[in-house]
Amino acid sequence: MTATLAMSVMSAQTAHAQSGAGADKLVRQISVEVIDTAKADKAIQDGDIGRILALVETKVMPHVNFEVMTRSAVGPKWREASAEQRGKLQAEFKTLLVRVYSGALSQVRDQTVEVTKTLPVQGSTQVVVQTEVRGKGEAIKLDYRLDKAAADTAWKIIDVNVGGLWLVQNYRSQFATELGKGGIDGLIKTLIERNKSAAKS
Amino acid sequence: MSARQFAPRLLTSRLGGVLLLCAALLSAGCASVPSSGTVSAASAGAATTGDPWENWNRKVYGFNEGLDRAIIKPAAEAYEAVLPRLVRLGVSNVLGNIGDVWSTANHFLQGKMQVGLEMGMRVMTNSLFGLGGLLDPASEMGLTRRSEDFGQTLGRWGLVSGPYLVLPLLGPSTLRDAAGFLVDRQAATSTLVSGDAAKYSITALELVSVRAELLPATKLLEQVALDKYSFVRDGFLARRRDALFDGAPPLDPANADPGDSAPPPAKPAAAPTARPAAGPASTSKIPAKPAPRTTP
Repeated sequence: MTATLAMSVMSAQTAHAQSGAGADKLVRQISVEVIDTAKADKAIQDGDIGRILALVETKVMPHVNFEVMTRSAVGPKWREASAEQRGKLQAEFKTLLVRVYSGALSQVRDQTVEVTKTLPVQGSTQVVVQTEVRGKGEAIKLDYRLDKAAADTAWKIIDVNVGGLWLVQNYRSQFATELGKGGIDGLIKTLIERNKSAAKS
Repeated sequence: MSARQFAPRLLTSRLGGVLLLCAALLSAGCASVPSSGTVSAASAGAATTGDPWENWNRKVYGFNEGLDRAIIKPAAEAYEAVLPRLVRLGVSNVLGNIGDVWSTANHFLQGKMQVGLEMGMRVMTNSLFGLGGLLDPASEMGLTRRSEDFGQTLGRWGLVSGPYLVLPLLGPSTLRDAAGFLVDRQAATSTLVSGDAAKYSITALELVSVRAELLPATKLLEQVALDKYSFVRDGFLARRRDALFDGAPPLDPANADPGDSAPPPAKPAAAPTARPAAGPASTSKIPAKPAPRTTP
């Protein structure tokens, strides 16, 4: 309830916010909520992947723009994909990304998250919000790239940087290899296989 | 006797080789090789830009994976199964503390006084109040670890990274970082003890401790990488570049999003009514059909 209220207040704010002002609030809200829930939930601490996936689905995924992410990762070949292929690519890539994020989250023990900087990206409406996950030993860098579909809509995450690695950009080169080998259908097939075998392990 | 003397002499002669290598790189002989910073641009097209030695690298990567599967990973899993978490944490803290000394030196070598002093404080706090490094009170005081190695120092001094290079046993590296690694070994934990058996034991312990810490990460890698080799390579190069800029690399230009465009018609005889105009990105991917309205 409070979250929805906060979201609607935030959306109203972003209507006339300077670039980035709403974005870092959103990131802070997501990070703090997710980490606090992960720390408090015993089942998650024990590594229950189902619970982690559920947590990520409810708290993080509503704020992610999967279509833009999939488009960016697939690259120019996206234009040649049919609507059905696009749907499949998006669904499989979403499953993969949720798994990546959940895998990282399952290793949270007693860390805290700090939003360190918010930077606009020159020449676009994007914003990069930098955070640090601090705990024992070295701090881990975790950045979010956000964009708005239109001036009065909410910020959505379109890429995540874990320790220096922009995930969507990284997957772009992974996808490029697969697209070269088997085209769009080959890529879909590989993604489906990868998700199936990951679900089993 | 020859085996005992061999190792230090090898390192000395390798050090000579390292200096020659550094001279070669500094003279920008590798101008034709893109620095690690172009990996993200490379991902837009050919997957092998920045990896001109891919054939060799893939072979060595395969060899390392085999070695890991056969020996190192089982050792790390046994280490994890046998020793309680607190003991493993203690070991990792002690080894980390000794490593922090070298990191501190590298911060100063790079001219980063403020961070160097903080890291020095961290080492002293952990050594004095952390039972010789066994505990990690410094992290709770806000003095987080910021690792540096000689490869990064060389980068700061102007050396280009050179091509991606997978080293046997040691794994992902670049030409510059491999040279830096040889200097790192001079300051490694094993130099603190004398006697080959002790040196090898400490090195083995370091290896197993680090591998055990990485077990969840490698498991995740298995699940989410389409091609492990290129995922590891791009991840490594991105992280090295990031570390070089201490977490604030110059922002890459926005991802070249191909933009919202209509999907091609599913069948050649499809009606042309379904094409939306190219507009801002929207979350619905199916072109809207004009819905028949029934007015009450």
